[in-house]
Amino acid sequence: MGHSKQQLLALLQELQIEFSQYEHPVVLTVEAQAKYVGNEGGGLSKNLFLKDKKNRFYIVSSLADTKVDLKVLSQRLGLGKGGVRMAPEEALGEILQVPLGCVTPFALVNESARDVSLLLDQGFKTQEHCFFHPLSNDMSISLNANGLDKFLKSIGREPSYVDLEANPAVGKDQPPDLASLVPSSSIVLPDQPEKQTSSQAPIDGNHVSADNKSKVVPAVKPSSNEKNTKGKPANNIPPSRPFADVDKFVEEIMHKTSTLLHSQIKEETIKQHGEQLGTVLSDNLRKNLGSDLKNLAMIFKNTAYTEGFHAGTHHQPKRIGSS
Amino acid sequence: MGTQEEPTVVDKEEEEQVVNPWEVSAKDGGKIDYDKLIEKFGCVRLDQSHLERVERLTSRPAHVFLRRGIFFSHRDFNEILDAYERGDKFYLYTGRGPSSEALHLGHLIPFVFNKYLQDAFKVPIVIQLTDDEKFLWKNLTIEESCRLARENAKDIIACGFDISKTFIFADFDYVGGAFYKNMVQVAKRVTYNQAVGIFGFTGEDHIGKVSFPPVQAVPSFPSSFPHLFPGKDHLRCLIPCAIDQDPYFRMTRDVAPRIGYQKPCMIYSSFFPALQGESGKMSASDPNSAIYVTDSAKDIKTKINKYAFSGGQDSVEKHRQLGANLEVDIPFKYLSFFLEDDLELEHIRKEYGAGRMLTGEVKQRLIEVLTELVERHQKARAAVTDEMVDAFMAIRPLPHMFD
Repeated sequence: MGHSKQQLLALLQELQIEFSQYEHPVVLTVEAQAKYVGNEGGGLSKNLFLKDKKNRFYIVSSLADTKVDLKVLSQRLGLGKGGVRMAPEEALGEILQVPLGCVTPFALVNESARDVSLLLDQGFKTQEHCFFHPLSNDMSISLNANGLDKFLKSIGREPSYVDLEANPAVGKDQPPDLASLVPSSSIVLPDQPEKQTSSQAPIDGNHVSADNKSKVVPAVKPSSNEKNTKGKPANNIPPSRPFADVDKFVEEIMHKTSTLLHSQIKEETIKQHGEQLGTVLSDNLRKNLGSDLKNLAMIFKNTAYTEGFHAGTHHQPKRIGSS
Repeated sequence: MGTQEEPTVVDKEEEEQVVNPWEVSAKDGGKIDYDKLIEKFGCVRLDQSHLERVERLTSRPAHVFLRRGIFFSHRDFNEILDAYERGDKFYLYTGRGPSSEALHLGHLIPFVFNKYLQDAFKVPIVIQLTDDEKFLWKNLTIEESCRLARENAKDIIACGFDISKTFIFADFDYVGGAFYKNMVQVAKRVTYNQAVGIFGFTGEDHIGKVSFPPVQAVPSFPSSFPHLFPGKDHLRCLIPCAIDQDPYFRMTRDVAPRIGYQKPCMIYSSFFPALQGESGKMSASDPNSAIYVTDSAKDIKTKINKYAFSGGQDSVEKHRQLGANLEVDIPFKYLSFFLEDDLELEHIRKEYGAGRMLTGEVKQRLIEVLTELVERHQKARAAVTDEMVDAFMAIRPLPHMFD
């Protein structure tokens, strides 16, 4: 289950991170929070929990005054215009395990949030200290950016500070500058409603006419041999960003072949074919596995080509005269 | 100026069934009469000799869609085969109008067949995404059309096209240059009245619609793709698609010689029936009318069991006595599309037709077949990244396109 406020505070103390804590009545907005801790100096934080069309989630944590344009952010992440929107309420509880109005970078301490990407306002670094909710809206803690970094590193996260107000051009020759912050895995919520999130008018404001069936990422059953090296639970989470992995490719071929062999070599078939079993088996392999393996190989080929193509188009020509 | 070849006038009053790129409906809600259609359009049926020739030229069994008569009609397919035998290659051209994100099995059929042709004949393919057409005909913004085009491209790629021999393009990106020059060449040779005759335009239709047909016509000409076929102006084109697209290509074949180009050849498929039966309409807004490529195993099981129209009898006794009506039975029809094993299908045809096999068993087998298919597709789809789409759609040479 999710960490509690107390557990978090204890963790911060253990890590010897300096922070101050302020209790106050439950607040749901930055304005309300400001009433209680606005005079303590430092910067209040504004925290957005966002989701993109492929069910990948993001926390954008900024100073209260920083203007965050979701359209720009979406483009900088490489998701096109209107590629991100506010995540639905259920996601708050399911993924971040915090109540409404309590989005905070500290929510990443929860396992359920391991695939959520965190974008931090570089403005935090200019403040002596900043205020965040410690997993509960009835308290605010203030700490400086170094403290936050220490906490994040302790849970295995590299802090990413971003100039959230920047609006760089994104195009063919200018790749999206925040693309690396897109999570490699999406998160499929249980009982995800089929229509788009009801709480939010889509940013682009247009509705696909014929089709209201919003497609959640397809339920890909991971094949049993796929070595989930990170030990991720295999519950319909699609594989991370595919690349031409030779070992995996060969492993899958071996697996399919041996499965077929196992099913074909039985007492009866040995009795039936005797010495000819080898020939029979290899014919079977060819017939039954042929197209399967070709499909796998095609995916591999296309992936490898794409890698090369991508590298080629981003190739920086050597400057004449330099070594 | 009349056309040399086939009748192009659509007489709406005498119309019993309607088949054109924007509407397909049978007479009195019945089945499409393909013989009448072929006669009216003026194309020809494929026969066993074509299959044998294909098998000989490609050294492999003909695709299940050919064997089962799903791709059943053609224009000048023999010429393609003749040229191929002489050592003259050809290229494939097909496309999709990206009107929805959800693709169902029927949408995949032309792509599955085209992939087979690419592999068997070792030829390149161009795939057109008519995002402009959907913007013009449907209530979509340009942005949404473009987005849908890219999303559909991923499902198309998942069908297994070889990136070293495939060029996917969206009209909004690609129209211009040599492509546009060909478009205008075509446009200049089709009068407004002819367009009305072929496509049924009225005075109320906006000029975007009227000027669209050349866009779909010119991928048939290799000079539309100078980065792919430089200097190969006489490379032949084969267009495998659904038969409702014939009006575009009748027009194209009529115009081609007048521009000095080769006529494209076509090979046509029949329509994929809705779950509820031939008279049912497959509609993107009714999720139960079709199996979607995003359906889970559970969805497939439910849909087939609940909604697939059965040709079996009402009671088991009656069924054992009379057998199933295979003409209207959807599970059997679907199996004829997707069950590769000819012997097994024949067995089912006999047993089910005689009443010895029950609908439940046939449905069970179909569920197995479709689940495997859909899962394979989903796995392939998951491997398609945006970078891969960019690579497939990049204007780049394909040096190994005939290897």
